[in-house]
Amino acid sequence: MSTFILRRIVLVIPVLFGILAITFILLRSIPGDPCRAVLGERATDEVCDAYAERYGLNKPIAEQLVIYMGRILRGDLDNSFRHGRPVADLLIERLPTTIELATAALIIACLIGIPLGIISAYRHNSIIDVGTMMGANLGVSMPVFWLGLMLAFFFGVVLKDTPFALPPSGRLEAGANYSPFYQVWGLAQTEDTASGFMIFVSRLNILNAALTLNFTQLVDALRHLILPAFAVGTIPLAIIARMMRSSLLEVLKRDYVRTARSKGLNEYRVVVGHAVRNAMLPVVTVIGLSFGSLVSGAVLTETVFGLGGIGRILFEGITARDYTLVQGITIVTAIAFVLINLFVDVLYGFLDPRIRLE
Amino acid sequence: MISMAGVVSLELQNGAAASPATYNFWRELVKNLLRNRSAVIGLLIIAFLVLTAIFASPIAPYDPNKAMFGEPGEVGSLPRKPPCIHLTGCSIEEPQHIMGLDLNARDVFSRVVFGSRTSLVVGLSSVTFAIIVGTLLGLMAGYTGGWIDNIIMRLMDVLLAFPALLLTITIVTIRGPGLENALLAIAVVSIPAYARVTRASVLSIKEEEFVTAVRSLGAAPARIVFRHVLPHALTPLIVQGTLGIGSAVLTAAGLAFLGLGAQPPTAEWGYMLSEARAYVFTSPHLVFFPGIAITLTVLGFNLLGDGLRDALDPRLNRS
Repeated sequence: MSTFILRRIVLVIPVLFGILAITFILLRSIPGDPCRAVLGERATDEVCDAYAERYGLNKPIAEQLVIYMGRILRGDLDNSFRHGRPVADLLIERLPTTIELATAALIIACLIGIPLGIISAYRHNSIIDVGTMMGANLGVSMPVFWLGLMLAFFFGVVLKDTPFALPPSGRLEAGANYSPFYQVWGLAQTEDTASGFMIFVSRLNILNAALTLNFTQLVDALRHLILPAFAVGTIPLAIIARMMRSSLLEVLKRDYVRTARSKGLNEYRVVVGHAVRNAMLPVVTVIGLSFGSLVSGAVLTETVFGLGGIGRILFEGITARDYTLVQGITIVTAIAFVLINLFVDVLYGFLDPRIRLE
Repeated sequence: MISMAGVVSLELQNGAAASPATYNFWRELVKNLLRNRSAVIGLLIIAFLVLTAIFASPIAPYDPNKAMFGEPGEVGSLPRKPPCIHLTGCSIEEPQHIMGLDLNARDVFSRVVFGSRTSLVVGLSSVTFAIIVGTLLGLMAGYTGGWIDNIIMRLMDVLLAFPALLLTITIVTIRGPGLENALLAIAVVSIPAYARVTRASVLSIKEEEFVTAVRSLGAAPARIVFRHVLPHALTPLIVQGTLGIGSAVLTAAGLAFLGLGAQPPTAEWGYMLSEARAYVFTSPHLVFFPGIAITLTVLGFNLLGDGLRDALDPRLNRS
């Protein structure tokens, strides 16, 4: 098993270097003088010389690439020229929102998608099956941001003043002020004295609510999370349901399922205990791959629901032509993407012995 | 009993086994497609869309960029005016706007109709570009093998390592917003998928006996690749391309929503949504219709793609 994991890790390294190389090339292909592209049209020659000196722009291109990679590997993502602060700091503040959103979306997708897929396969060609597949087709065809807008309208305006009303924007009730866990635990009094990690954790609202046993914050955060998470989760949900269905349909035809039935096992144990277990393998891969659609979904949905995650600052960064910020977010997300795929690969090896022995 | 479809799939599996006189690939494809319910629905949606795009001018009641200020019969506040449909009780004196007016008092229905042109152009041209480049790369990698294969495919791996929308956004940010750059970015990001698909088919096809036969006759590599290998690798490419049009339309809408795609005053569905975003609570009609149009378009190509896969893939058992 350890050789299997090691081999996967070794395979990932060139891809990581490739990601850095591509972002480097992209940043160098900004039309015109990189200094004026980043610092603005009115940057003076002295400023630009200093800039070139600082980032080694006057050195040969190969050396520049090495310097660039070294900097990124040390975690230095440069300053955001719009915010005037290190991109890394911005990410620490904003990532929790996106992580919370993506996780909630994935949980919704799995909790609804897997059972739907199982029922559709088990009741093949029934109304539930046909309905689920039509729903899945619609789900993958809908723009997430449009679904988000429609959900916000429906739950925020149409259902207003009913018990089903849900807040259409923000992460918490306006004006709500919940104490971060480091204050409650007496680790730090203000945000300035708290470490980056503490700030990161405290901004995961649900985790913070759990750590401080604050039930009001938990409910508040969850209520705000439902609509955007549902919007972001639709595409993964549809893909998971489809995959679960086709994979289970295949497995249910196998001989060992017939054997299990002939032993007199009840249907629940045959389907859930025997068949679903084996049918889950491709579903796990699909869940891992859905990270990409979660990220793009988050980028588009945060704008709709007024959430200040990385999707939102990415959007603002694009409008302001904040190249370093856009680049930093791209690198971090791409690396996360690669690592998640690595994790899924390893998990797959755990689940299916045939793969790790190959 | 082996159905007609079963026979076709056997022939497909054997590559060039059937002679052209008895077997017509395209005729069989159409026949299989028409038997597939989702493919037929997809085809109908796409046909509807293409006709809308071609006949946009006669269908649309107004110029998509014309503001209705000062038009005869218009009453009340015009920007973001809700739909006025004569059949549902809107006064016959007023001009009919079945999808209402947008925030610049332009007719939403006309803009949705003209938007079909933009979407089809984006979908078709970005996929065409990606297929051409991706197929060439895939053919080169698969047929030559060795270090060329390695370099090309590792590059494709790296491109695939980025979440697609993010890479698209980065490319457009750097090249500057606009429909052409959006189109180019969507195409570049989808190249790896086509390269992979082509390479996979080429790897198995080049081991076939008929390729060895052609090679032993002394045919040049380019001729072997384009005349003999490529035609057999087309099937998965057609499927991938059809599905790709749907996702290209979706990505283009997302980019326009972020302000990176089509620029005003182009009638583009994603941009219409972006403009209307702030007014969703007061004027939902501005958001509703462009979204329906996008969903329908993407759905059409997805259904056709799925149907094509079923009709073309001999390994899927049909009942």
